[in-house]
Amino acid sequence: MLNFQKTAQTPLVTLSNAGVRRNGRWLVRGVEFSINRGEIVTLIGPNGSGKSTTAKTAIGVMKPDEGWVEKKPGLKVGYVPQKLAIDWTLPLTVERLMTLTGPLKGREIEEALHSTGISHLARAEVQHLSGGEFQRALLARAVARKPDLLVLDEPVQGVDFSGEIALYDLIKSIRNQTGCGILLISHDLHVVMAETDTVICLNGHVCCRGTPQMVSRSPEYLRLFGSRAAQTLAVYSHDHDHTHLPDGRVLHTDGSITEHCHPGDGHHHGDHDHDHVHGPNCGCGFKSRLQGYDDKLSGVSEEQDRV
Amino acid sequence: MFDDFFTRALIAGIGLAVTVGPLGCFVIWRRMAYFGDTMAHSALLGVALSLLLDLNLMLAVFIVAAAVSLLLLLLQKRGALSTDALLGILSHSALSIGLVLVAFMTWVRIDLVGFLFGDILAVSEADIDLVWGGGILVLAAIVYLWRPLLASTVNPELAEAEGLRPERARLYFMLLMALVIAIAMKIVGILLITSLLIIPAATARRFATSPEIMAVLASVIGVLAVTGGLFGSLHFDTPSGPSIVVAAMGLFVLSLLPFGRSTETAVHSSHGGHH
Repeated sequence: MLNFQKTAQTPLVTLSNAGVRRNGRWLVRGVEFSINRGEIVTLIGPNGSGKSTTAKTAIGVMKPDEGWVEKKPGLKVGYVPQKLAIDWTLPLTVERLMTLTGPLKGREIEEALHSTGISHLARAEVQHLSGGEFQRALLARAVARKPDLLVLDEPVQGVDFSGEIALYDLIKSIRNQTGCGILLISHDLHVVMAETDTVICLNGHVCCRGTPQMVSRSPEYLRLFGSRAAQTLAVYSHDHDHTHLPDGRVLHTDGSITEHCHPGDGHHHGDHDHDHVHGPNCGCGFKSRLQGYDDKLSGVSEEQDRV
Repeated sequence: MFDDFFTRALIAGIGLAVTVGPLGCFVIWRRMAYFGDTMAHSALLGVALSLLLDLNLMLAVFIVAAAVSLLLLLLQKRGALSTDALLGILSHSALSIGLVLVAFMTWVRIDLVGFLFGDILAVSEADIDLVWGGGILVLAAIVYLWRPLLASTVNPELAEAEGLRPERARLYFMLLMALVIAIAMKIVGILLITSLLIIPAATARRFATSPEIMAVLASVIGVLAVTGGLFGSLHFDTPSGPSIVVAAMGLFVLSLLPFGRSTETAVHSSHGGHH
């Protein structure tokens, strides 16, 4: 049975120990994950932690300087970049935006616009759209190509809270309807889409990974945002006790700064939920104690996390 | 009814205007006006080299313009100076080296003003063949490269992620620019080539509702500018290259006047709903 699943599910893309280096500095290192059909993987992490770099490496826009990236042959990608500024001099309607990278049938365009709720904007110029409308247009464009893998770099940026929930609902229904894999980058360190299968926290390396804890379990969150939000958003609880400074040194929560992490340091303190595991390559002394961290395969990492 | 030289000028000018229209759109969409200037200025170095090495003029100009754009790509990759500064260095260095070389070649007398401002009234039938032949080649290439060029103009990473090749499209685009500059030099001159690229495209923007329409309109407006400018230069006895640019500018100013568009915008926003 396990074997059957393994052969039936060739991952859409697999990153193995991937690292990207620019101007003598590692933007991100030791990234390991894969995305299957119908799976949602969310990348979180502070600014400059390598989220976009990782996503771009996964889809071949950036080449890894170490490790490797394996894409399923003929993989069709739909991409919503983090920043997309369309010059005013370029007259581009939402409808024309749809066929930017490849031809589509009129019906496919209509369907994509309808499913993202912007049919009425088909003839509007993209420069006139609001932030939320533009994000929907970009999403519609990426979805209309019927991709195997949808890569969304902060798709809810510039969208208000209710709009954010609506967009996450939309992403969920896209996954459910098309069965594509989704690589999602979240701008929020602690709140992710509830449907996420795997959360990967980056900080120049994989800090920790796991499943999001359902927000519905947290009464405070429910009180704050209501049950509607609880169905869509989830809390990924984790607590870093040190920060990597731009110059490579490490700032600890007690205010001290050291050249490297202490051997005993973790990204977490004491009694936290064990719904995620540490990466092997923190550079903070955990590596020796965290072997076979890939929880999905070994299932032993929770134990190791407790060491 | 017109002199032969005037008819030839008109035919060559129209051919050039049709060619540069779509290319000019990409120049302004990609914010590459200064880049176009740099390539054009380097054309004088091409002129000097063609005299020195006894090369075909258009070929020499094309090679130098292409080399300068490749040099720019290399320098950009090193990433030490901003593109702006690099363009300033390349542009004026190439122009100056060209002028210095010309000064050294005491055995040739060249009409520098002719190269700087063009001499469309002196085009020969062979020139017309080159303008139209080269123009058809450029237009065919643009049609062929349209999707990757447009997609990478919007966002190179998006184009790359979705299977197009933005780097290759950009390289071809630069070669096409070099070709157009080599063709256009004789007609509007080194200093005014960029204006023929930019002004008709900028004028077309206001009336265009899609990139494709804008490209076609830019060609049409360019043809109007060339025709108007040439008749103007005949009538007022003014230099032809600058007259064409002045005519193009006149059309641009007209496009700024608030006619027609206001109602169109109203229709658009009511169509767009809740803006």
